Amino acid sequence: MNPTGVGFKKRHIGLIAYFVFLLLPIYWLLAMSVKPNQEILGGFSLFPQTITFANYVTILTDPSWYNGYLNSIQYVALNTVISLSVALPAAYAFSRYRFLGDKHMFFWLLTNRMAPPAVFLLPFFQLYSTFGLIDTHIAVALAHCLFNVPLAVWILEGFMSGVPREIDETAYIDGYGFPRFFLTIFLPLIRAGIGVTAFFCFMFSWVELLLARTLTSVDAKPIAATMTRTVSAAGMDWGLLAAAGVLTIVPGALVIWFVRNYIAKGFALGRV
Amino acid sequence: MDIASELATELEWMAWTGPTAAFFAGIALILAGMTVWQTVSPTVERRGFLPMPTTRGDRLFIGLLGSAYIHLATVGFTDLNLWIAFGLSLLWMAVVMRFG
Amino acid sequence: MDNRPHDNKAWFLVLPVFLIVAISAIIPLMTVVNYSVQDILGPFQRVFVGTEWFEQVLNDERLHGAFLRQLVFSGCVLLIQIPLGIAIALTLPAKGWRSSLCLVLVALPLLIPWNVVGTIWQLYARPDIGMAGVAVNALGIPYNYTSNAFDAWLTVLIMDVWHWTPLVILLCFAGLRSIPEAFYQAAKIDGASAWAVFRHIQLPKMRRVLTIAILLRFMDSFMIYTEPFVLTGGGPGNATTFLSQFLAQIAVGQFDLGPAAAFSLIYFLVILLLSWVFYTYITHTDREDAR
Repeated sequence: MNPTGVGFKKRHIGLIAYFVFLLLPIYWLLAMSVKPNQEILGGFSLFPQTITFANYVTILTDPSWYNGYLNSIQYVALNTVISLSVALPAAYAFSRYRFLGDKHMFFWLLTNRMAPPAVFLLPFFQLYSTFGLIDTHIAVALAHCLFNVPLAVWILEGFMSGVPREIDETAYIDGYGFPRFFLTIFLPLIRAGIGVTAFFCFMFSWVELLLARTLTSVDAKPIAATMTRTVSAAGMDWGLLAAAGVLTIVPGALVIWFVRNYIAKGFALGRV
Repeated sequence: MDIASELATELEWMAWTGPTAAFFAGIALILAGMTVWQTVSPTVERRGFLPMPTTRGDRLFIGLLGSAYIHLATVGFTDLNLWIAFGLSLLWMAVVMRFG
Repeated sequence: MDNRPHDNKAWFLVLPVFLIVAISAIIPLMTVVNYSVQDILGPFQRVFVGTEWFEQVLNDERLHGAFLRQLVFSGCVLLIQIPLGIAIALTLPAKGWRSSLCLVLVALPLLIPWNVVGTIWQLYARPDIGMAGVAVNALGIPYNYTSNAFDAWLTVLIMDVWHWTPLVILLCFAGLRSIPEAFYQAAKIDGASAWAVFRHIQLPKMRRVLTIAILLRFMDSFMIYTEPFVLTGGGPGNATTFLSQFLAQIAVGQFDLGPAAAFSLIYFLVILLLSWVFYTYITHTDREDAR
């Protein structure tokens, strides 16, 4: 695709520059997390001079810290499952049929992704306290559906439209009913799309803080909210903050590792 | 956030008022009407003075959004009565639905 | 061109999505509308005030300032991130372990909770303990994002580029992978230049994912809140007070429910209009191309 040597080098310099830009802040976070606080405040050093894991030990042994991680993972997983299971049939409907108000419905779904979460804070609180769901994982999972379900529908619809309709028709002629066709033939065809969608659902739910923090207090408190504690403590505990930050990146990094092939394999249009 | 959340729990459910209830009832009626109209005589996409071909539903959306802006402009930047804005909006809706 | 069968039974497939989104969107939206026309004094004490809050909010100079800042910011975000994202997606290795590794690294910033992004850049850009802050000052350029308005604004912009360009890259990359190898071979036989391949094969194939990317970036940049909140707190002065900061100041800071609700609605209407124009324009050109 890109044969000549000169272009090759130029492109790679650009790419390397971007990766440096991308990774330096993360490196700095890592470096901070293993420095003792005196070193952080005492002077500037590119590499940590004394390495300490005290910050990590604090986080992993203190339940008020590690429970935050467990809570976040729990509602994010719930949200991903809910979003995917309702979005799959809907995306199929949008990609295969025309129906009354389909275009407007599609756009309306999208408007919910546009609505600033700040707008919904108080009404959400009222809504969930009416059903007694405050401070539960399911409340946060449902609240995050507001932006994740529309996104899931949209991404899945894109993938599904790439699958030729002849496949559906052939299957129906062969005597498959809709549920059996959908589960055994169609879903495997778009598994790459499902992977990518799950990734995006996970991502947006994992990083959201405003709603997650408002709808929880103790039992389902997300890690990102726990982190704000270090700010109010006497002075800034930069090291502990950095260590907690590093640990919030870990689950995300694991998830990308699992979907990397799906993203890379992409739509697989050529092979269908 | 804590004071806010305490207050939020004590607010009445959705805090309805007459005018807003009437407003939403109106919107619901329009949507229901459009659905019935669509089943009786399906819309055909056509090209009017708007820069792209539109269906009836598209024109309704444009009309409603335009009306919202007409009201906002009237409230924010003039001292005119709100009914004048309402009248203007009706006119705008009619023009868009017929010629859009 | 559009030969999908017309079947209203498809609504049953959409119903779960409709219900779940209706509950979490329509009820709160109605509540916001209700708040916007009342003065909420306390539990069970509220007065109907008509359009007073709208009048007040629309004539608020601080809102005008925040709106202008927001427009400039979102414009810059799109102008930088979309071309950069396309360029990087084209450059990334297409196959093998290098490709996987690059994708994982690129996606990293996206999986960092937004307040942590703010924290990272705080640690990174502080002129006393941050690597970037110290480095820039060492080059002889005075830089301090906590006191200089322009520095603060620029830091938020660079942070956003760092944070969100990966989304554009991933979407474009996925779009590029959907192009069958045969297209490239045909282009090669025709002796097409790299630019021609980009213009006539890659760009059209990416149109759909680019639509998503532009819309997502626009919407998200238009409601940016957490990162500048952590990094600069909206300051110095008002330099990084964008619309959501302003809204949160009224709603949570002063707890003025009425004005906050009125402002939310105006905010929502602006986003609705802009996104609709965008969406219509892009789907429309999409169809023109298909013809």
